[in-house]
Formats: sequence, structure tokens, C-alpha cells
Amino acid sequence: MPSHDGALLLEVSGLQRSFGRVPILRGVDLSLRSGEALAVAGPNGAGKTTLLRLIAGLMRPTAGRIRILGQSLAQRSSPIRRSIGLLSHQSLLYDDLTLLENLTFAARLYGLDRPAEVAASALEEAGLARRGADLPPRLSRGLLQRAAIARALLHRPKLLLLDEPFTALDASASERLRANLRDRLAAGLGLVVVTHHLAEVWQLASRVAVLVDGSWALDQPREGPLEAFLPHYHRLTSA
Amino acid sequence: MPDSLRLALAIAGKDIRAELRSRTALQSALVFAALVLVVFNFARDPTALSAADLAPSVLWVTFALAAMVALNRAFTVERENAALDGLLLAPVPREALFIGKLLANLAFVGTVELVTLPLFVLFFNVSLGHALPGLLGVTALATVGFVAVGTLFSAMAVRTRFAELMLPVLLLPFMVPPLIAAVQVTSRLLADRPLSEMWGWLRLLALYDIVFVTLCMMTFSAVVDE
Repeated sequence: MPSHDGALLLEVSGLQRSFGRVPILRGVDLSLRSGEALAVAGPNGAGKTTLLRLIAGLMRPTAGRIRILGQSLAQRSSPIRRSIGLLSHQSLLYDDLTLLENLTFAARLYGLDRPAEVAASALEEAGLARRGADLPPRLSRGLLQRAAIARALLHRPKLLLLDEPFTALDASASERLRANLRDRLAAGLGLVVVTHHLAEVWQLASRVAVLVDGSWALDQPREGPLEAFLPHYHRLTSA
Repeated sequence: MPDSLRLALAIAGKDIRAELRSRTALQSALVFAALVLVVFNFARDPTALSAADLAPSVLWVTFALAAMVALNRAFTVERENAALDGLLLAPVPREALFIGKLLANLAFVGTVELVTLPLFVLFFNVSLGHALPGLLGVTALATVGFVAVGTLFSAMAVRTRFAELMLPVLLLPFMVPPLIAAVQVTSRLLADRPLSEMWGWLRLLALYDIVFVTLCMMTFSAVVDE
């Protein structure tokens, strides 16, 4: 299990978000240190994706505070944005650009040196070296997910937010992603991974949190086998 | 090169590359412009109104409607696969994002206008002659203003359910001042009138550009960031 004594990357306090009159998050507190991996599980509609989008700065909170690397997210400064990587439900890729063009463009947005080389190397890391000239609509769902992951990791973020990263990945791609994340965690990455399938991230996670109806039902270090945890998880989420 | 300019050029380059591959906006806008010219040409009664009197209005109505078709594409391309989230996540100043989209839109609308102009000459049998440089100048001046407003409204409309309908509703009222000025200048250019008769309209166009490009750049962040 990765150590938890790294620098504080993310501090969330009293985070609330409503859509109209419907509260989605009801005062969420969270902290994450460098090298730590937090697995967030919970039933549909619990607010997991909203939490990730708020941390990424794609939504404004109704109330509460988010600090990344000690800076308020409200400032939306370049260093903060550079430190965040997000894999969402959608690929964030342009249908009319090839994979290589898509990733080269993303590298340019992050001001990376030699963007085309960085993009080619990211595709190679994702096992997509021979698909660089393909347009996204020509890819299978699994290959598209690999490309989306490559885009999220491209600029080597310090804080990585993954929403169902193993969706559509085959066994070998899943293992490759886990190995990649393990290496990055050892190098100081902070990871928040949202999942419905805890088995996919159990060995990777250092902490497990369960979000139910917009607030934490549980946030604890990951201990023991998943089989021992699952009955407790089912009790929390079926209440 | 300053970072913001580099980013703006990267965004414009991306849009142009994507458009050259799909040709969705350009082809639609060009076909639309040709159709508008054909309809106006055959609908008018040559004994009631001469081509020279009607031509400036037709030209600018064609430019405006074709621009609307091209502008609709500006942010719908960002809606595919939530690509706009990718732009907003990146350390890109919103001003650079606006300028990048504006440059790409100017390239699309400018191309449509350049292709439409010879068709206009052909259909309306007007002799541009020495009016051409002036006409290109006033076209550039008017286009910058309404494309800037169109870029902002395109970003606003794309978050709504009926983006393609919303853009004309939002944009058309703001297109009226530059279109009136452009028609006035164009009719004087085609009639070979002295520059002094156009100054007022040209100043209005320049003022519109300065005010609206600045306003749109300042408000763009509030439109794209939730």
C-alpha cells in the first residue's frame, strides 16, 4: 500500500452543490495527500461524478471550499489547472482529429515541449502506437477509453481524477493501467478514482470512501480483503 | 511568442484542421450563400428595382445568413465528446480561448465571403472595378464585429438544448448595426461616391468592432465557465 505521508494535495471542506433546488452534495469534506489513492464508491446519483467535476473546476460549488496544492480552486490559476488530470465519462477527444492530433493539441494546451513527441509517447504507453492516425469514431469503446486515459495522463498531473477508468477495458489494458497508476502513485501522484466495481481498484487504493445521497457514509483506510468489506458496503448503500 | 497568443493560434489551428477534414460548416455555408443569391436573383423584378439598388442589401443579407451557418459550428464541435471540458480544464486563459475561436470563425466566414463575392458579381452583374479594395476593407471591418458577437453567443447557445435555433435569435439583433453600416458603405462604393460620404458609417463599424470585441472577450469567461 502506498504511504500516506506525502504533501497535502487536496483539501475539500463543507462542499455543497445543488442543481436548482435539488441538493446533490451536502457538505463533503475530503483531504488527499501525495501518493494516496482514494477509491470513491456509492450508488447511482450519490454525487460521485459531481464531486469530481467540482474538484476539477468544471463546476462551481454552491457552498464550501476546495484547495489544491494550498491554493483556492476559485482562483483557477494556471499552476492549479496544470496539476489536475481528469478522466470523465466522455473522451474529451475531437471526432475530426486523429488520435495523434488530439493528443498533440492537448499537449500544446498544457504548454508541453515537443508536443507531437509527447503525444506519440503517450499513445505508445496506452498501447495505441499503431492507432495514431485513426479518428476517434473508428475506435472501439475500449480503445477510445485508452485514448481518453492517455489524454488525462499526458501532462503528468499531480492530482488525477478518474471516473470509472476501467469501463470497457480488456483484462490486459486494465492491468496495464493499474501498473501505470501504481508507478505514478509511488512517484507522488494523488488519485481519486470513482467506481462501481471496487474489485477493480481495491489493491490500488489506500483509502475507501462511500458516498450516499451527497454525503460520506464512510471514509477509512483500505484494510483486509474486499470480500470482508463488501457486506458492510452493501449495508451502507442499501439503507 | 506570448503564451496567450500561442494558445489562441493552437485553438484556431485545431478548429481549421478539423473543419478542413469534415468540411461541414464551410460546405453548408457556401451552398446556403449560393442558394440565397439564386433566390434573390430570380425573385426580384428587374423593371421595378435595378440590380445596383438591390445588390448591397442582397450581398450583406447573404453574408450574414451564411455566417450564421458557419458560426453554428463553432461550439457544436466542442460539444462532441465533451471536448469543451478538455479546453476548460487546461491552463488556457479564457481570453486566449475566445481569440482562438474568433480567429477560426473569421477564417471560415472570410472564406465564405471570398467565395460568395464572385457569385454575387455574376448574378447581379455589378462591376466592382476600383470598388473592390474598399469592399474588401468594409467586409473585413463589418465581419470582425459580428463574428466576435457570434463567437460569444455560439458559446452561450451551445449549452442550451436548441443551440442551432438559439444562435440566430441571440445574434440577429446585434448584427443589425454593422449590417446597416456595411450596406450603406457598399452602396456608396458601388456608386463610386467620395470617401467623405462613408466616413460616418466606417467610424460606426470601427467603434462597433472595438466595443464588441472587448466586451465579448471580457464576458467570455462568464459564459463558458459554469
